[in-house]
Amino acid sequence: MQWKDEINTGWGRVLKAREKVARPERAPALAKLLESTPAPAAGMRRSYGDAPLNDGGHVIDMTRLDRILGFDGETGVIEVEGGVRIGELARLYAPQGWLPAVLPGTGFATVAGCIANDVHGKNHHHMGSFGQHVKSLTLLGPDGKARVIGPKRGAGLFRATVGGLGQTGVILSAKLQMIPCKGDVMMVTERRAENFEQFLELLDHSSATYTVGWIDATARGEALGRGILEEGETGSGLMPKPKKARSVPMNAPHFALSKPVVKLFNRAYFSRVPAHGRTSVKRIGEFFFPLDKIHDWNRLYGKRGFHQFQCVVPIEAAGRLREMLETIASSGLASPLAVLKRMGPGRAGMMSFPMEGYTLAVDFPNRPQARLLIARLGEMTEAAGGRIYLAKDSLASGARVKAMYEEHPMWAGEVAEADPDGRFVTDLVRRLDLRSPA
Amino acid sequence: MNSTASETWIILGATSSMARAFARIVAEEGAHVILAGRDLDDMKRTAADCRARGAAGAEAVKFDARRPESFKAPLARTKEGPGSINAAVFIGSMPDQAAIDADPALIRGVVADNFTGPAEFLHRLAPLLEERGAGTIIGVGSVAGDRGRIGNYVYGAAKAGFATYLSGLRNRLARSGAHVMTVKPGFVDTAMTWGIEGMFLVASPEKIAAHILKAARRKRNILYTPFFWRYIMAIIRAIPEPIFKKLSV
Ligand SMILES: Cc1cc2nc3c(=O)[nH]c(=O)nc-3n(C[C@H](O)[C@H](O)[C@H](O)COP(=O)(O)OP(=O)(O)OC[C@H]3O[C@@H](n4cnc5c(N)ncnc54)[C@H](O)[C@@H]3O)c2cc1C
Ligand SMILES: NC(=O)c1ccc[n+]([C@@H]2O[C@H](COP(=O)([O-])OP(=O)(O)OC[C@H]3O[C@@H](n4cnc5c(N)ncnc54)[C@H](OP(=O)(O)O)[C@@H]3O)[C@@H](O)[C@H]2O)c1
Repeated sequence: MQWKDEINTGWGRVLKAREKVARPERAPALAKLLESTPAPAAGMRRSYGDAPLNDGGHVIDMTRLDRILGFDGETGVIEVEGGVRIGELARLYAPQGWLPAVLPGTGFATVAGCIANDVHGKNHHHMGSFGQHVKSLTLLGPDGKARVIGPKRGAGLFRATVGGLGQTGVILSAKLQMIPCKGDVMMVTERRAENFEQFLELLDHSSATYTVGWIDATARGEALGRGILEEGETGSGLMPKPKKARSVPMNAPHFALSKPVVKLFNRAYFSRVPAHGRTSVKRIGEFFFPLDKIHDWNRLYGKRGFHQFQCVVPIEAAGRLREMLETIASSGLASPLAVLKRMGPGRAGMMSFPMEGYTLAVDFPNRPQARLLIARLGEMTEAAGGRIYLAKDSLASGARVKAMYEEHPMWAGEVAEADPDGRFVTDLVRRLDLRSPA
Repeated sequence: MNSTASETWIILGATSSMARAFARIVAEEGAHVILAGRDLDDMKRTAADCRARGAAGAEAVKFDARRPESFKAPLARTKEGPGSINAAVFIGSMPDQAAIDADPALIRGVVADNFTGPAEFLHRLAPLLEERGAGTIIGVGSVAGDRGRIGNYVYGAAKAGFATYLSGLRNRLARSGAHVMTVKPGFVDTAMTWGIEGMFLVASPEKIAAHILKAARRKRNILYTPFFWRYIMAIIRAIPEPIFKKLSV
């Protein structure tokens, strides 16, 4: 197999890696690759930081192993190769009444990437995390040998693989339990929350299947934490064909997301929804993957790239979250992309991010002040008994992360057994020294 | 999922990522898909993928362009396919020119894969299309067939031979209502080109596959894809031989 020299980045485009990349198109080719040159896998590189990167090393690009291997229309169980995009499954199966149980905010993420980060969706409070709907998966170890594992068979390795950042091996394929849906359109209700307290109220009392909150991370004082709560239910009906996706052709100049522009944008975005709320019908992709309409939107942040900070804090630490929001708002550094959601307790792996509580995600252009702010927010998250999300991280310290993930030592043990020579180590794992137990 | 198909597509060289992308599109339209090639296990996975996407049926069958005795089974399967009969040939091989220089016997294989194998198969298939008075044959050649150049002229020569064959077949089948389209891709992001230096304007196999099917529906005769390769090749063909022979393009 040929290795191609590439320079890759995560979605935030801050951290870069020079890599030799192979892109197998068939299962036996993958096994052969691992026999000769075991290397970590990458999916669509939709993680923001360095989770899918291996600077100076080899990487296996899994995006061409993307076939559906079987679907049972009675049970909704689907078997797929790891590189299939999650949005593709939604597009194909929603019209037939099935959806992947968990959908992250981008349809471009691969199924294996969703497993390796144990991703959550807008229904986490009901359905839990992605890994909870994985019935089994085929994992190739550093010797290229395949093992089929699941929540019962090889449970320890399974719990180390789900949310395991690719450290136990390469996921070739997986069996997923999908959930029934009414069709491929969404009935969406948008309501305003005038401030943080009201926002939490709305989130706590929402009975919708899918909920997500957009939050104005620049609003201060009385309006601190204001935003819009979106609630969605699947439905059926006819919708016009989706418009072709647009793309951002080049890096934007840095004033594009400057403070006054963002403030103005956010005010307009908030006022778009009338005070009494509104209901509309959307295409399923528009609701779940609103940003996928614009390809390469990450270029809007210019050459320097951007960071996303995402944390989750327990319910009782809502006050701490308010303080974090105050810190963010008074910094004036936030971009318009900020999300507040309620999370349930569901998680399937030892290193899974979710915990019962509130999760906040905010994007920041990559500037020295933003990096300082994110470090401060990490500290506040730890003090609140919460976690930061490694799929989004490029700045945290290993000690802090290990303190947040209480099952980390157990995970490190499983990983040491699965990959004793550290062949699957990535830049993120090196940076945070995640392979060592303490 | 459809139970009756109005079209059967036999796809030769079905393990190519361009072919896979093509198979997916026709599968989603509800066609009956026959995948032909050398790697049966891999094609079975693609067949499952086609079924999951709505193909009326999908099957995998062995086919080796270098072994004409292997043509029988796919021909028989195609005959049994429902609706109009259509074929798309994605077979090709492009060993390093340096490897060929070291072992000229490799030329036989290149010619068999890119030209004579597919031509013989299509020649056996053609009467079926004539009989039914419908159907489309798509043959994937290459811009490399438009002019021999130092980097890959054996491959180019085989593709040129195939293109000439397709042009004659088009002439013949036009009388019966069937259609033949020659495809000349530029650089496509597949296993064939992965890691090769000097690639530019590389297109995704999905984009190429969609373009091919759309053009075939419009009964285009010769398709350069992406479209701008038509102009690039017009320029390359226009360079006078005394100058061209000194270039290393
Ligand atoms: C716009 C946007 C919205 C998002 N919204 C959400 C959200 O709502 N919820 C959420 O949880 N996340 C969200 N994310 C994050 C995203 O879902 C995750 O980062 C996901 O893991 C990306 O999948 P990927 O295929 O791009 O994986 P990559 O980023 O390429 O890789 C992620 C990790 O998976 C490993 N990996 C990839 N493929 C394999 C394999 N075959 N075998 C073993 N390991 C593998 C890699 O080594 C790496 O550690 C969002 C990201 C974006 C860009
Ligand atoms: N990629 C480009 O930039 C480019 C540009 C112009 C034209 N093309 C043409 O596009 C077509 C598809 O190529 P690709 O880029 O997708 O490369 P590829 O992955 O190498 O595909 C070549 C296909 O041909 C098959 N094949 C080779 N020899 C065969 C034989 N003797 N019998 C049966 N099948 C045989 C291969 O099957 P196995 O799996 O069994 O090897 C494979 O399916 C080829 O005709 C190629 O020449 C490609």
